[in-house]
Amino acid sequence: MSEEKTYTTLNLGPIHPATHGIFQNVLTIDGEKIVNTEQTIGYIHRAFEKIAERRPYYQIATLTDRLNYCSAPINNIGWQMTVEKLLGIKTNKKIDYMRIILMELARITDHLICNSVIGVDSGALTGFVYVFQERERVYEIYEEVCGARLTTNMGRIGGFERDFTSTAIRKIKEFLERMPKVLREFEKLLLRNRIFMDRTMGVGPISAEKAINYGFTGPNIRAAGVDFDIRVMNPYSSYDDFQFELPLGTNGDTYDRFCVRQEEIWQSLKLIRNALDNLPEGKHFMEVPAFCLPPKEYVYSKMEALIWHFKIVMGEIEVPQGEVYHSVEGANGELGFYLISDGGRTPYRLHFRRPCFIYYQALPEMIRGGVLSDAILTMSSMNVIAGELDG
Amino acid sequence: MDSEITGILKAKFDLDIFEADNTSDMFTITVSYPVIHGVIKELKENPQLNFMFLTTLCGIHYPDRELPLGVVYHLHNFHENKRVRIKTFLPSDDPTISTVTDLFATANWMERETYDFYGIIFEGHPNLKRILNVEYLDYFPMRKEFPLEDPTREDKDDRFFGR
Repeated sequence: MSEEKTYTTLNLGPIHPATHGIFQNVLTIDGEKIVNTEQTIGYIHRAFEKIAERRPYYQIATLTDRLNYCSAPINNIGWQMTVEKLLGIKTNKKIDYMRIILMELARITDHLICNSVIGVDSGALTGFVYVFQERERVYEIYEEVCGARLTTNMGRIGGFERDFTSTAIRKIKEFLERMPKVLREFEKLLLRNRIFMDRTMGVGPISAEKAINYGFTGPNIRAAGVDFDIRVMNPYSSYDDFQFELPLGTNGDTYDRFCVRQEEIWQSLKLIRNALDNLPEGKHFMEVPAFCLPPKEYVYSKMEALIWHFKIVMGEIEVPQGEVYHSVEGANGELGFYLISDGGRTPYRLHFRRPCFIYYQALPEMIRGGVLSDAILTMSSMNVIAGELDG
Repeated sequence: MDSEITGILKAKFDLDIFEADNTSDMFTITVSYPVIHGVIKELKENPQLNFMFLTTLCGIHYPDRELPLGVVYHLHNFHENKRVRIKTFLPSDDPTISTVTDLFATANWMERETYDFYGIIFEGHPNLKRILNVEYLDYFPMRKEFPLEDPTREDKDDRFFGR
């Protein structure tokens, strides 16, 4: 009998409860050890880049919602800032601070989901259910600010459709009061938990060089020890007015990614508190006639306002020619918008730099040699969101 | 730093560097497509330039131009926090360009995506096949000749939609 080794092929996905979305991984395994894997993606590809070529600018915000749907406000605001950059609009501090508050809330919800799911995949369901309660409270804030919860379409090009109401501010303050307590409890459950540490330390590691080579961004690259954050490198929306720390990991393993996200939630809370305390008086939108709808009472009583309203809603606004790349620090990495305008009502070309599409390709390298249960943990700790992956 | 980049590249590739433009939001260089691998390699490995991070790679299509298909690279130097955009254009009858996967592992899926949507062939790519679309698709959907809506439809008059 020959001593040739035979491997088993295991099809993980496309529908599998442990993959948190529609991903297929065809694993070649030797016993329980992973020899190789081949990923198939694209199951929920919706051709957003193509659709965007026929849509007026303000309607593209609803496409960005559906990229990383765990932190939709960051995508919306990132897109609006891209168009503002093209139009040369500088927003005032009030809008900037409102944006920071909302983007950091979105970052918190995104990190909460990711970190609690790492808990679920390593066998601790309790934390997940517990922090979901707090995520719900953030969604209530979104609801108060823009009326929607998951796919928010929050804000407009040039600012916000309305100011924070007193209820919204009260809800943010309540959240800031409750959250540290919950977070501390959540950390007590997992952070120094022997079982959790054994399950996550050294699992799915990546070195700093490799992380850079694979185009990692966001918490994943910071967990590998590279201090790269768009909020610091290319400050947008007045992030440079605030002091915050960038948590860094050393090994780039699952535990480091967990810790980096956990600390980022604390930093985000600090940012929200500072922004809310220093929220200046002022207008919640800039005078951008091309994109800001005229006040409703004028639309109902004045002909010009009605025409203008109609023009905006039908997307008949022409945008100047130009080419911009704008990126924001999304919850899972550098979310970039590469926009080419040829002067019409729609973009000529719009490319989304979707962070998880780019770093998900490193998965085979990260899980090779590990066991199957570790592969699941690695995948959930990378925070791969199906909507963003497939675009 | 902009002039330094053009200086170093011009010294090495001379006539293949067409245009350097810093009027837009990012320093942009257009290069001819046969040298693209050399240019990216130089940008990455020259210690004076040190662009170690490939931010994006995407395709673009200008059907009316002589060289209609394009590839746009965004590179980032973390140390000096400098970004640069490299553009190159290809003929449509043979859109072949050399891969940069040997320089950046991250280019693997980006190039597959560009192939998938624009039909640009990256020579030397380890696994150049469709990534987001189905395998049996026989056209490249992001090219401009494929309109988003069915052009034979008569119930929607574009004039009324400002298109």
